[in-house]
Amino acid sequence: MFDPYVADIDAEALRGLYRDMVLVRRGDRESNAMQRQGQLGIWVPLLGQEAAQIGSGRALRPQDMAFPSYREHGVAYTRGVDFRELLGIFRCTDHSGWDFKAHGFHPYTIVIGNQVLNATGYAMGQKFEGKVGDDDGEATIVYFGDGATSQGDVHEGFVWAAVYDAPVVFFCQNNQWAISEPTERQSRLPLYQRARGYGFPGIRVDGNDVLACLAVTRWALDECRHGNGPVLIEAFTYRMDAHTTTDDPTRYRLSDELEVWKHKDPIERVRAHLARTGGADTAFFEAVQAEADSFAAELRDFCFNMPDPPPERVFANVYAEPSPQLDAQREEYLAYLSGFAEAGEH
Amino acid sequence: MTAVLPQQRTLTYAEAVREALAQAMEADERVFLLGEDIGTYGGAFGVTGDLVHRFGERRVRDTPISELGIVGAAVGAALAGMRPVVEIQFSDFTAQAMDQIVNQAAKIHFMLGGAASVPMVLRAPGGSGTGAAAQHSQSLEAWFAHVPGLKVVMPSTAADAKGLLLAAIDDPNPVIVLEHKLLYKQSGPVPEEATRVRLGETAVRRSGGDVTIVATGVMVSRALEAAGQLAAEGIEASVLDPRTLRPLDAAPIVDSVTATGRALLVQEAPQTGGFMAEVAAAIVESSAFGHLRAPVARLCGLDVPIPYAPQLERAAVPQTGDIVRRARELVTTW
Ligand SMILES: Cc1ncc(C[n+]2csc(CCOP(=O)(O)OP(=O)(O)O)c2C)c(N)n1
Ligand SMILES: [Mg+2]
Repeated sequence: MFDPYVADIDAEALRGLYRDMVLVRRGDRESNAMQRQGQLGIWVPLLGQEAAQIGSGRALRPQDMAFPSYREHGVAYTRGVDFRELLGIFRCTDHSGWDFKAHGFHPYTIVIGNQVLNATGYAMGQKFEGKVGDDDGEATIVYFGDGATSQGDVHEGFVWAAVYDAPVVFFCQNNQWAISEPTERQSRLPLYQRARGYGFPGIRVDGNDVLACLAVTRWALDECRHGNGPVLIEAFTYRMDAHTTTDDPTRYRLSDELEVWKHKDPIERVRAHLARTGGADTAFFEAVQAEADSFAAELRDFCFNMPDPPPERVFANVYAEPSPQLDAQREEYLAYLSGFAEAGEH
Repeated sequence: MTAVLPQQRTLTYAEAVREALAQAMEADERVFLLGEDIGTYGGAFGVTGDLVHRFGERRVRDTPISELGIVGAAVGAALAGMRPVVEIQFSDFTAQAMDQIVNQAAKIHFMLGGAASVPMVLRAPGGSGTGAAAQHSQSLEAWFAHVPGLKVVMPSTAADAKGLLLAAIDDPNPVIVLEHKLLYKQSGPVPEEATRVRLGETAVRRSGGDVTIVATGVMVSRALEAAGQLAAEGIEASVLDPRTLRPLDAAPIVDSVTATGRALLVQEAPQTGGFMAEVAAAIVESSAFGHLRAPVARLCGLDVPIPYAPQLERAAVPQTGDIVRRARELVTTW
């Protein structure tokens, strides 16, 4: 049923998906290392979830809108958000550095589940504006985790999207863990089966198979584009690293589990397939490796040279227009700071 | 003659909370814990630690990721006669649970004409200083203090973290305990016994005749540090820690301000609508009014969300130097 959705993926396209996954993994590992070296405040690894993110992200069209949670660096990359722009969020210099409308990629959401309602509202807007109904229609995709499926926000999003036929793809990356809690703590039922109770289709896809993720997400987006949304996709995958750099997963899970999932590594699978079918030669793999190395070097360079925000930034953007109260607090604060500067001159 | 002092030893604030939880669970079968990652993981800030191994998964429950569910279930359990102690991973996420806290927990005793009560405790870490940005750093005590039916405590020392929590667990009403992330690793003497610190008693942390500094949470230790520096300049400050915001024990504050004639009220939360406005009102509405030698002064967080960058984050909330400066200004200008 889904084969037609990847009929156009020839060896060249598959090499492209492979390259995407290698680059985002390299960006992820480099960022993780920079956090360890004290250059980033925290890092949220995507290791193991490359296929789910690249497959679904590459299914999106420019007119579509994506709402991520906080681990979707791979999706960000497919939306044309420069990986370097993500680093500000983790170096504590910026809340989000990109123009979300231009990229069709909303800022990260850290409060679990919130973005699902926002995405539903956004999709309702796409429908009300008449942008849904044919091949060129718009659609929204929203990313959340297995843990998030317990939040009321997510269930309410399901209800709203269903009753308003909102063109939204609910993309749940079930990476088996919500920090230390396994998915059994969130559900008795496989998560994709929840959709049925709300009256829309739910499907589970092998989240470590980039082609399967691409196919299923293209299908789901197409359904939404044509006015047949919403759709729930559960991408069955695994968080191969810690929840964040502040976490130590050996406290709550066995390393055997990780070993099993290593055999399903999403990148190795494509590499093996390309090598076996002659879709790529050694020169290609070496070139991608070299590209990843320079990508990582650029990231480091950029990160180390990121400027700190100026002190008055603290008062910026609290309200949409100037606020006399905050203006007064800013004046007082700047005068206070300049007091130090003067004292320092003597 | 030697006075018999209760046995004390040094514990961190987090260890003191854990000890209170353990002693309460040992003493009373009805006490149980629920929250996210509080079991094997031991809590996001390590507060529950090994409690799951000591008391089992039935009494130390890892819940689904749903704060509304956690508090709603706790309200139900409390109505059934249990003594639930909830941990919300960051106090910011009490927002998810606000309906159950405000519309159920706080109202049930009143609306049932006293027929049922909700002896529930909700613990949550608040405050900034850890680089956790706007949605993980708020000081929301004023939200809770504004709701009749809730009690609100903010322990500032390890001993109080234990004693106030034990008192909160005994209390027949819903009690919100706002711990502070920066305090978890601070140590102090803590009684070995399950000694209660009564709710609704302001602590006088230091006595001095020139200015009264009232502070809550992590601001208490900053105020004490500031008082030390001021003393070196010849300015003597009293430092008062209300500990319980609701019910507020205003009498010691009024007495102190009556003596000093000057009040500096320090909170981490943004100024507008903050709890220190309530303390200011308590002072000016009291007999201390006639003894004031200076306008009551507040030193609060800026009216901005807590910024992400560390230097901006520091700038957004009062630091020790700011307290020194404002107190000095008050004493030397008036
Ligand atoms: C409302 C809320 N509650 C709790 C948290 C703390 N928290 C951060 S991530 C997380 C687990 C989320 O797990 P899941 O949805 O499976 O996403 P994953 O991190 O595995 O990608 C929790 C509980 C939060 N950020 N927001
Ligand atoms: Mg997860």
